[in-house]
Amino acid sequence: MSSAAGPAQNRPPPFLPNWPARIAWIALAAYAFYAASILDVTWERFVLGLENGAKFIGRMLPPDTEAEKMTLMIRGLYESLEIAILSSTLGILLSLPVGLLAARNLMPPWVTWPTRLFIALCRAFHQVIVAIIFVKAVGFGALAGILALTVASIGFIAKLFADAIEEISLKQVEAIRATGAPFMNVIAYGVMPQVLTRFVGFATYQVDSNLRNSTMVGIVGAGGIGGTMFAAFQKFDYDFLLTILLAIIAMIMVSEALQNRIKRLYQ
Amino acid sequence: MSAASGIEREWRRYTPAERLARFALYFGIVAACVVSLRTVQVIPEFLYDAPEQVADLLKRMWPIEWSYYPKGVHDALIETLHIATLGTILAIVMAIPLGFLAAHNITPYTSVNYLAKLMLVSSRSVNSLVWALLFVAIFGPGALAGTMAIAFRSIGFVGKLFGEALEEARPGPVEALKAAGAPWPSILVKGYWPQVEPAFWGIALFRWDISVRESAVLGLVGAGGIGMAIDTAMNLFRWERVALMLVAIFTVVVLAEIVVTYIRKKII
Repeated sequence: MSSAAGPAQNRPPPFLPNWPARIAWIALAAYAFYAASILDVTWERFVLGLENGAKFIGRMLPPDTEAEKMTLMIRGLYESLEIAILSSTLGILLSLPVGLLAARNLMPPWVTWPTRLFIALCRAFHQVIVAIIFVKAVGFGALAGILALTVASIGFIAKLFADAIEEISLKQVEAIRATGAPFMNVIAYGVMPQVLTRFVGFATYQVDSNLRNSTMVGIVGAGGIGGTMFAAFQKFDYDFLLTILLAIIAMIMVSEALQNRIKRLYQ
Repeated sequence: MSAASGIEREWRRYTPAERLARFALYFGIVAACVVSLRTVQVIPEFLYDAPEQVADLLKRMWPIEWSYYPKGVHDALIETLHIATLGTILAIVMAIPLGFLAAHNITPYTSVNYLAKLMLVSSRSVNSLVWALLFVAIFGPGALAGTMAIAFRSIGFVGKLFGEALEEARPGPVEALKAAGAPWPSILVKGYWPQVEPAFWGIALFRWDISVRESAVLGLVGAGGIGMAIDTAMNLFRWERVALMLVAIFTVVVLAEIVVTYIRKKII
């Protein structure tokens, strides 16, 4: 009894205050206030914004469904879809060799380093910035969007594919090599069966991402619905803007439902 | 006879319906590619002089106008970083309650879970550039619109992953606290939080990294940061300045990735 009560008195509290963590939280809060003051994020502007927001929503409703604008919108959506399909195909096809070249367990360093640098360069910039460069290079239109999203696809799929290849078991690769198989057969029968399912996973994710971004690259003139949307925004044509936004969301939801069906097919 | 046919039966991995569905899928993919390739509008004249245009672009970009950095890039770059960081902090503040509401082991009401998840999905399904357009219309051009765009786009991302981390928390420590008669704020802080803390910091850092990349382009629609500087320089055809800004963005993105990797190793 007394032995249980004795240590209980000078037992340390169960939850010790963690001063470094508290100081870090306070510093974070202080930064938030400092940044808010620098960016001119004030309560008055916020309240004023709410009034503007109400006006804005009032002008958006009801969505504009004039026949002429609908054909414009459908043409834009169709072009976005084309950009998404072609950039995904091109990106997936190019990612296969690029990913293989970047795998450090299959290739010598003088191949993997330049390839990895190339992939990092593809990943570094946002798709819209890449699209700006391609608009300058190949002119306004869908081709610039296709090329920009292809670059983004390589940056994403090839990187993850290379990482996946580096995690494979080398036993199977050695077994194929021991039979005297040429290099391409080693790839086809030793490497690909181990990573193909993951490659398909990355590729489908990127298809989804490309579809979303194909509706955006038009803002800088690279084709698709984005151009129509940005024009509607600049002309204060907010009811048409709402129609386009709803159409984009509907397109993305349909594609997600389709993807779920396809995934079930492969389970 | 029937036994013999049973032995000779050909083994197939998929049923005819499955094979038909797969064939339809492959056919659909190929058909979609062919149709898009045939109907996409590519102006060949533009394509032929693409090498010239690229050469011209590189020539205009060189030499990079380094001296412009202190005058027109530094402040915009810092503003971009502030937009990304403040937007992410705002998003986390709003996403944590939504994550709690979306986790069914903390909020045992299915309708509330679905409502929270619906809000998270709608936040994610709108691109950050579209959020920026909407907030520019509401708050006017400037960094406030960019911050709100980053915040609203990030809520869905942070909230979804945080909610999923909460649902994976073990009930043991929570039950121990409940048995000791702890009030619910203590249960959240001492029962759930220590379990999800590593996941939380991982999510927050990952999102900050993405936000830095995204905030660089928000200026193209007028939402502040270095994107606005790029837009101006492009409209004036000052490509040597655009090149400087691209280099600046590249440096910041790489630095952000290094910082995130370093902190992640330290914390997790």
